[in-house]
Amino acid sequence: MEFFLEVLTGGLLAGLMYSLVAIGFVLIYKASGVFNFAQGSMVLFSALTFVSLLERGVPFWVSFAVTLLTMIALAWAIERVVLRPLVNRPPITLFMATLGLSYIIEGVAQAMWGAQVHGLELGISDAPLEIGGMLLSQFDLFSAATAGILVLFLSLLFNKTRIGISLRAVADDQLAALAVGIKLQRIWMIVWAVAGFVGLVAGLLWGARLGVQFSLSLVVLKALPVLIIGGFTSIGGAIVGGLIIGASEKLAEVYLGPIIGGGIENWFPYVLALLFLLVRPAGIFGERAIERV
Amino acid sequence: MLSIIKKPSALIGALTLGLSLLSGTVQAANEQYFPLQSYRVGPYAAGGTGFFGGFIDYLQYVNLKEGGVNGVKFTWSECETEYVVEKGVECYERLKKGLNGAPAAATNPLSVGIAYATLDRSATDKLPLITINHGRTDSTDGSVFPYVFPLQLNPYSEVSAIINYIGDKSGGLDKLKGKKIVTLFHGSPYGKETNPILELLAKKYGFQVTLIEVPHPGNEQQSQWLNIRRIKPDWVILRGWGVMNPVALKTAQKTGFPADHIIGNIWSNSEEDAAPAGAAAKGFISITTHPSGTNFPVLQDIDKTVLKAGKGNLQDSKRFGTVYYNLGVVNGILNVEAVRVAQAKFGKRPLTGEEVRWGFENIKLDDARLKQLGAYGLVQPLKLSCSDHEGGGAVRFQQWDGKQWKVISDWVQADRKLLRPIIEESSHKYAKEKGITPRDCSKES
Repeated sequence: MEFFLEVLTGGLLAGLMYSLVAIGFVLIYKASGVFNFAQGSMVLFSALTFVSLLERGVPFWVSFAVTLLTMIALAWAIERVVLRPLVNRPPITLFMATLGLSYIIEGVAQAMWGAQVHGLELGISDAPLEIGGMLLSQFDLFSAATAGILVLFLSLLFNKTRIGISLRAVADDQLAALAVGIKLQRIWMIVWAVAGFVGLVAGLLWGARLGVQFSLSLVVLKALPVLIIGGFTSIGGAIVGGLIIGASEKLAEVYLGPIIGGGIENWFPYVLALLFLLVRPAGIFGERAIERV
Repeated sequence: MLSIIKKPSALIGALTLGLSLLSGTVQAANEQYFPLQSYRVGPYAAGGTGFFGGFIDYLQYVNLKEGGVNGVKFTWSECETEYVVEKGVECYERLKKGLNGAPAAATNPLSVGIAYATLDRSATDKLPLITINHGRTDSTDGSVFPYVFPLQLNPYSEVSAIINYIGDKSGGLDKLKGKKIVTLFHGSPYGKETNPILELLAKKYGFQVTLIEVPHPGNEQQSQWLNIRRIKPDWVILRGWGVMNPVALKTAQKTGFPADHIIGNIWSNSEEDAAPAGAAAKGFISITTHPSGTNFPVLQDIDKTVLKAGKGNLQDSKRFGTVYYNLGVVNGILNVEAVRVAQAKFGKRPLTGEEVRWGFENIKLDDARLKQLGAYGLVQPLKLSCSDHEGGGAVRFQQWDGKQWKVISDWVQADRKLLRPIIEESSHKYAKEKGITPRDCSKES
């Protein structure tokens, strides 16, 4: 039982790490209906920029601020160069644009900062804590707390600020939002900048765990089933989806893996996501699309 | 055209152009070409830039220091593969015919996938395929794979040497009985290749082996390490690749497994594998065929002749002397030595791939020759032949001290006598499938 609980807790904590990446997708999808395939590249780009500045002797918080400004500049450039010319185009066009964007950001990141793998220490110990006979990672607990704070911050932003109300209006109905004078382009830029900030936080935590390297962009593969289960439009859903995916993949690997050959952790979440798609296509917290026919 | 010739200055110009073209042709005709299927972008760029940086710097060094080999200078060109097999094959086809008249000596893709995809083509094109420290284990049998060279170390030798080291640490191979060893392997054909040999060795020496797979890319390993904690092994062999390695070390720390009982294989042994894991990597052991560091005459000479002259290939000069860079230099030494050996037989001129193959098969690097090359201690003694395309099969062990690798053992030899029949069984099966008649190596000279 103790072992089961340890696997379960480890899975839940890992799931929150997936949620951190998934939240970036949700933000952009909510505001523009675009599935931003470039979110993983943004995670890589932000972490690589941060660590490269740090290695050049720039203090931690200055590196953080400069990277954040870089991500805001990137958001501005994306809105101007990619999104604005594609307004009113079908979602698949915008998706393909983000697909291309993903490769461009990855290429630029390596061209700017090189292909070297970087270690990143955030000063958080990764020594295990023994709680009730279980070993829990201090770093994972810190990441879980960060995810919680991020959700709280985004909830306040969305629900209690003028910008947040505008964001929700755009998410509900872009044409109606335009009709009442909300500037769509400005909102998009803000959303991409916030997604960049989320990408930076995710990049630092994942970078500290994996090392800052190209594989960081692959963490999006873990976020996709989270989004399918939690729903593409709910930040809370990203958290719940992450918890479900994290816990189930770990339990499956430990208990089902030996029976069916092991190494199932990568595809098992997609099996689960597929089942959810069949039963609840919008995910647990996703908004069901209602169309007049 | 006629009007041009009527003008004396134009005539001189045309003659000069013709002469320069002619001299260009002469120059190219006295060059030996290395086609480089390199990867400098993409997920494996850290390895690619280090390896190809070292390889190119060594070729450059031989050109600058000795004017090439017997007056034949080396030339090369790169084709970016991004470690993608299709691109690797495309690059192979584009570069195999040589450059400006300089014939190709050998291909060195440093990629298991690309090596497998170009293996048959190499035999058809009679162009050696060098898979230093990796590749198909059965290609060690040169009678079936005349053009493939898993130089220094094939995958089976790797694990055999690791088990020999663990046996040594336990007080002898007979003390392995009852020990528990877990192998954490990358979920790919590369990762799985040595599993049957581990099971064979477990049966032979009486230890218990548990094989645990980590799905690619390996950025999440909590469940695997919790399983390892439950098994409580004496040693963990890490057969990783890329991001899987630092994550394994970090997760081991989280689950309380000591790093100094984890032994990394040949693709878990670089600075890029250990450094990102920070403090969790301290004490981590791995095998190596070539120590890192710059304390070898050949490297000091490369520094003086190439790097300090501003002709180095590395974008970041701090990587000089790292594991991947030194592997590139070792690869350069072996390729150049093959050309040198082949020139002694075929003449001091650019050689065909077939001739260079003969050179590889006749490499004999003993301590005296290694000292001449300034590579004593950097390269293991090697003796290749028609039937043995590996040549060495020995490794040294190194330990990460938190900042760099420190060599902690002498050469540890794989049990090659035990492995040879298994290799031959596999190579002969391949020969039968492909309709290849193995060469009679007793008739090769």
